[in-house]
Amino acid sequence: MSGLAQAAGALGAEVRSPAVVALEAAGRSHRRRVLLLRVLVGVGFLALWYGASGRWIDTLLISSPDLVAARLWRWTLDGTLWNNLSITLLATVLGFGIGCTSGFVLGLLFGRFTTLAEVFDPYITAIYSIPKIALAPLFIIWFGIGIESKVAVSAAIVFFVIFLNTYSGVREVNPLYVHTTRIMGGGEGAVLRHVIVPSAAAWVITGLKVSVPYALVGTVIGEFMSANRGIGYLISQATGLFNTTSVYAGILVLALVGAVINTGLKYLEAWVLRWRGAA
Amino acid sequence: MSISIQAVRKAYVARGAERLALDRVDLEIAAGEFVAFVGPSGCGKSTLMNMIAGILPVTEGVIVHEGRPVRGINQHVGYMTQADAVLPWRTVRQNVELPLRFHGVPRRDRAARAEAMLDQVGLAGFGGSFPAELSGGMRKRVALAQLLAYGPETLLMDEPFGALDAQLKLLMQEQLLRIWTARRQTVVFVTHDLAEAITLAQRVVVFSGRPGRIKQIEDVALPTDRDPFRARFLPEFERAYTRLWEALAPEIRRGEAA
Ligand SMILES: Nc1ncnc2c1ncn2[C@@H]1O[C@H](COP(=O)(O)OP(=O)(O)O)[C@@H](O)[C@H]1O
Ligand SMILES: [Mg+2]
Repeated sequence: MSGLAQAAGALGAEVRSPAVVALEAAGRSHRRRVLLLRVLVGVGFLALWYGASGRWIDTLLISSPDLVAARLWRWTLDGTLWNNLSITLLATVLGFGIGCTSGFVLGLLFGRFTTLAEVFDPYITAIYSIPKIALAPLFIIWFGIGIESKVAVSAAIVFFVIFLNTYSGVREVNPLYVHTTRIMGGGEGAVLRHVIVPSAAAWVITGLKVSVPYALVGTVIGEFMSANRGIGYLISQATGLFNTTSVYAGILVLALVGAVINTGLKYLEAWVLRWRGAA
Repeated sequence: MSISIQAVRKAYVARGAERLALDRVDLEIAAGEFVAFVGPSGCGKSTLMNMIAGILPVTEGVIVHEGRPVRGINQHVGYMTQADAVLPWRTVRQNVELPLRFHGVPRRDRAARAEAMLDQVGLAGFGGSFPAELSGGMRKRVALAQLLAYGPETLLMDEPFGALDAQLKLLMQEQLLRIWTARRQTVVFVTHDLAEAITLAQRVVVFSGRPGRIKQIEDVALPTDRDPFRARFLPEFERAYTRLWEALAPEIRRGEAA
């Protein structure tokens, strides 16, 4: 039997030993249990919310899950959801993209040219300490109430997170890797591509994960302040009318969007950092 | 002459104080020669290797490699450093292929050469693994495969087989000797293992304790096409071992006492 298994292994066939099979089965059953408990927690919360609404707490304050679901359904059917969500997503994605790219490039540059970093250090620290949200009104003056001002707010927030993370990542690169790569015949471009960027990737990805919610927050805050479309606009309108059902529906949409993006980033991270090994 | 080390001194400046690591080292290494460095730990062997590779500047003196004074990174050597320098985010195969890529080897040849080299160091089938999935000794062999695959004319090897068990070490020594016999690169080989130095090298350079100076140079009388398994039973081996040990032992004891 084991001889057969070995022979099959030698032929390159994937042979899963009983130990591997048992381990995988244990993992599966554990994951199933966790999933079940998760669902239970969610259902329990909804039940509590449903029970409390109108009985212990005024429905006007906390709405109710069935109302929120119905509102979301209506928004989906009449196009309200997509009409507003699309603009929020677009602003977030653009802000995120612009902030990431500029932050990454500048982070690399400052990381490689330390004198530059030293010169600018106090200014960067100063600008970094400003809550970027405070810039939102300014951006609305500059760019108007259209999508541009929301993109600017998101980009400003994301820029700093990515810039500082990339910079730290580049400073952390093991100089031995740089030296040996150059000795092997690699030029500056090769060092950047094969050593600096992959080495800084862990930091950059952490920055990405942190800044996704920020990008969304930036856009929504921009929309709160002044807009005529977007989920943030929807929420602020509803708040003005004491329409808590719509407020909760809007918040739920934002939570879902954030969760989806973060899950995507988690997979991206697992793939980019796969070299760290499961061990 | 491949490497000419002329009156080289190296002082490290640490916390405002200068500390001498190497003092007045003079050494000529001929093209195609296999030289081993031995000496108590901390005597500056790695420092000297780093200076030949151009990673560190000399404090005084000059190192000339293939007729050019070494200033800045020396791309005419291959360097297997003492610390692990295999890139952790590249698979074993991608690591071995990297210098081939820098030297303009076409993609298809790269893969074939990497596979062949990995096979020679006993890592066939590990091409797709990441370094984190290998043992320290296996990572050393990846570095060896990488070094030998792209074929620089001068090899600097800093304790390359230190992490290997005795049997594997012998096999690797045999591989290295075979490749060197065929290609006749200039090899500078640092080791803390006297037997290894004698087994491999044509000349063994003994360094004194810190600050490192050359204390003795021993010509090994073994034939160049020696067999590393049998070399250690020859009388020439024994004679070299005794003389080298006599030079090295007081340096090690001095280090212990200090
Ligand atoms: N970056 C450094 N800064 C200060 N001192 C160093 C540095 N690197 C090595 N040294 C010192 O130089 C001496 C020689 O080190 P090294 O070349 O690594 O010795 P070896 O390789 O022979 O063991 C040691 O005493 C060590 O403490
Ligand atoms: Mg050393």
